[in-house]
Amino acid sequence: MANPFFQKSWTPYVVGAGIGVLSWFAFATADHPLGVTTAFEKSAALSARAVMPTIEHSNEYFAKKAAEGKPPKIDWEWMLVIGVFIGAFVSSKLSGDRESAIVPPLWKWRFGPSAFPRLVVAFLSGGLMMFGARLAQGCTSGHGISGTLQLAVSSWIFIIIAFTVGTITTFLLYGKEGARHV
Amino acid sequence: MFESPERLALGLLTGIVFGFLLQKGRVAKFEVIVGQFLFKDWTVVKTMGTAVVVGAIGVHALVAADMASLHIRPALFGGILAGAVCFGIGMAVLGYCPGTSVAACGEGRRDAMVGVLGMFAGAVVFIVAFPLIQPIINGLGNGGTITLPQLTGTSPWLWVAGLVAGGMLALIITWFTSYRPLQFKQTHETGRS
Repeated sequence: MANPFFQKSWTPYVVGAGIGVLSWFAFATADHPLGVTTAFEKSAALSARAVMPTIEHSNEYFAKKAAEGKPPKIDWEWMLVIGVFIGAFVSSKLSGDRESAIVPPLWKWRFGPSAFPRLVVAFLSGGLMMFGARLAQGCTSGHGISGTLQLAVSSWIFIIIAFTVGTITTFLLYGKEGARHV
Repeated sequence: MFESPERLALGLLTGIVFGFLLQKGRVAKFEVIVGQFLFKDWTVVKTMGTAVVVGAIGVHALVAADMASLHIRPALFGGILAGAVCFGIGMAVLGYCPGTSVAACGEGRRDAMVGVLGMFAGAVVFIVAFPLIQPIINGLGNGGTITLPQLTGTSPWLWVAGLVAGGMLALIITWFTSYRPLQFKQTHETGRS
């Protein structure tokens, strides 16, 4: 049998079970749920303070987080994000499953092959997604997996609404025809 | 500024395994995530569903054994609603969620790299606008850091059992809807015997 590390894909059940066991590991060793976007918030807070030191006193964010005992710093979750990049890089290198195209085929079918609009929209939609994640204090990992498995009320509400809105948005963008191009 | 080196190393290790799994699971791909929203490709739901069922069993066992504690985000209804709407639109247009866009960068995807830059910009906007958006976040009240078992006054194990049962049911439905050729073959074999 081929070495699984060199395979391009694993069945979603194996990967899902792996992520489930990884959250046991995260809870047991770091007492921390898997999550991604808090690290972005902390990086943004550290950067904002470095560029404009007065913000620490003018913006209530810093006082509020200090009071919660969660001042912005380079922490477990920040390193988790770096690790996600490294892990995906290693996995894709081992299997040769690399992607260098800028415009995904479905996007190309709907909006044309030009890279510039795709990148501008990627920047803006990435920003909107992160803004939403920080409003709700979680994303697909923090709410969608870690929060729902803890049976958090906030997380179940979040993920149901987010995925419903995502589905509606996708059908508005690509229509039923889109399914033939993915 | 920094947590202890042990915790940083532990975070890095956990992240590497997470990123490896996301890439092998094909969820760091635009076509797979958008394919889920178009009901064409069910990889995202299968992966997340399995992770939640498996994760719930172990995490609740750890909590019951006093080896970990729950970390529940508050049900600030305004923030959750507004956040989920922005998040859903952003994720559908970008074609990656936050964790998978970082994994997609590792896979070499340029649009995800620009998306991650946008994500950082979005986080900066959130910090700068933080005082202004408090009315949105707190506008619809705060349900607190509450879980479904607490809300209903039931045992968490009842809910974990429900998740396992739901997962089993989904597997059975998947089996009967996506393996039609096998089903056809089985009927033939049954007919022959």
